[in-house]
Amino acid sequence: MSVPPSPPRPASSTARALRVAVPVVVLLALVPLILPAYGAILLAYGLVMAIAALGFNLLLGYTGLLSFGHSAYFGVGAYAVALMVKYLKVGSMELFLVGAIGAAVLITALFGVVCVRYTTIFFGILTLALSQVLWSLAFKFFWVTGGTDGLRVPTPSLFAGLVTGSGDKIVFMSHAYYYYVLIVFCLCVALMWVIVNSPFGMALQAIRDNETRAEFVGVRIWRYRWVAFLVSGVFTGLAGALWVPLNGLTTPDIMHWTFSGEIVFMTVLGGFRSFAGPIIGAVVFNYLKTYAVGYTVYWQLLLGAVLVGLVLSLPTGIVGTAGRLAARLQGRH
Amino acid sequence: MDVLLIHVLNSLLYASVLFLIAGGLSLIYGVMRIVNLAHGNIYAFGAYVTAWVVGSVAAGASMPVWLVLLPVGAVATAILGAGLEPTLLRPFYKRAEEYQLLCTFGLLMILEDVMRLFWGPYPLSASALFEGFGSLTFGESIYPTYNFLVIGVGAAAAIFLWAFIYRTKFGVVLRATSQNMRMASALGVNVNRVYVEAFTLGCFMAGLGGAIIVPSQSAVLGMGVDALVLSFIVVVIGGLGSLEGALVGAIIVGFVREAGITWFAEIELAVLYLIAALVLLVRPAGLFGRP
Repeated sequence: MSVPPSPPRPASSTARALRVAVPVVVLLALVPLILPAYGAILLAYGLVMAIAALGFNLLLGYTGLLSFGHSAYFGVGAYAVALMVKYLKVGSMELFLVGAIGAAVLITALFGVVCVRYTTIFFGILTLALSQVLWSLAFKFFWVTGGTDGLRVPTPSLFAGLVTGSGDKIVFMSHAYYYYVLIVFCLCVALMWVIVNSPFGMALQAIRDNETRAEFVGVRIWRYRWVAFLVSGVFTGLAGALWVPLNGLTTPDIMHWTFSGEIVFMTVLGGFRSFAGPIIGAVVFNYLKTYAVGYTVYWQLLLGAVLVGLVLSLPTGIVGTAGRLAARLQGRH
Repeated sequence: MDVLLIHVLNSLLYASVLFLIAGGLSLIYGVMRIVNLAHGNIYAFGAYVTAWVVGSVAAGASMPVWLVLLPVGAVATAILGAGLEPTLLRPFYKRAEEYQLLCTFGLLMILEDVMRLFWGPYPLSASALFEGFGSLTFGESIYPTYNFLVIGVGAAAAIFLWAFIYRTKFGVVLRATSQNMRMASALGVNVNRVYVEAFTLGCFMAGLGGAIIVPSQSAVLGMGVDALVLSFIVVVIGGLGSLEGALVGAIIVGFVREAGITWFAEIELAVLYLIAALVLLVRPAGLFGRP
């Protein structure tokens, strides 16, 4: 198992990351002005998924725990918003996010207590199993959740009511809402960067690389894993809350464990050994899936083959492979 | 009283099929330390092949022919398994478990669409065989005779498997490889061959489960994913890698599910997972698992 070189001075690595991040953010901010509405909305989906994958990767890449149940937390965020609309008649996006974070904290704290006692395959199965409980509840309690019909979510008002979606929905989604997603996305990325470079993040990586040694050094493994689980679930729940207004509807499908598989897929596609991997993987996966679904009814076959090929030949994902190629090119000169 | 008997029979019916699926999953994990996420779809594949052969290809034949053709799904799945292990799974034994799970997840997606490609999106049934058996009457209630065949096959599979693993030379080699692969290899066991055989046997069991259940239900897309989740509960309760555990777990899940469908349909799956979680808290390796 290859260990990524730990940054010698976090300050310098942050400066280097900013040199890449600032142009990317400027480019992302220009997208609604250049691309047609459909392109911007598609990218907004990609950015939402990137937040989910970023949260997921705190567990897989930094703590070494493979969760097959992150659809549950995504779904908790989404359903928290939908239920706030249904029962509390809330329409403010900020309240949605607060509500979704609260719900995700509750559920992940509870699930985390059970799950973090296990590692490797048992952790995967247990997270999968618990997510299926939520799925079955969303599926069966149709008088609350709408069953397979799901729940509709109208266009919310943004920035404490300063921006309302009263006009054309497509214009709203491709401009105002796109920028809203972009801002939340940037905040999430910055926060995750701080987390993984903090002493807490270093402790997680120590646990991942050698549990016994980390324990001897004095890291309280269960507690650290539990907090990582919590943070990871809340990021994914936040992504679920951002996703609902974009989609306009939430159904139990997003709680099903095959959606967890997709989150794993996008993270591995990008490369789970790097910070940017899940972000790139999520955006690329979103395009890949959209075009595969549009191209053929057998899109699962296509994506499954891509996944198998990926783990067989490019286990480091897009970022890892690109890094290797760049290193080889530099070596040649 | 009759109603109670029907409930017990239904529970045993679920338990038989679940044992065949979860037993295969557990056997594969016990020997090769791989959790096969595509296992449910392998069960579905068996169901589709039997439904296709009995319900479409040989639709005009008679009962004895159908009965002979019933295991064809299991044989087809065994062949599929024998092909999959050396090509897709073997490269992953030495790598981290995450990659094995991902590879089998990719396989799950592929198999799901391969079945859609071959047999279309509509349910496929072989109900003529089920109806041909008629039904028995207990007092006020009637019960399909075919279901006894399913329960019988499940029981026979459990006995056969026990004899196979604890009373034959192959069983000794299998258990030795499962306990210590390097030592078995050093003693001259061809580990690659044992792996192919174990995987094929596990797939055969799942395929048999699909083949015997398909006359009474239909083969539908998505049945594999549902079955996989139930068999996870079975192996978590019984202990991953233990066949006794798979049997006991399947019986527990079969009875709880039947009770759930009758009395608490909304939270049936939640109750099952709650039981699994309780077992894990008390005995982390499952009831029969090796800690």
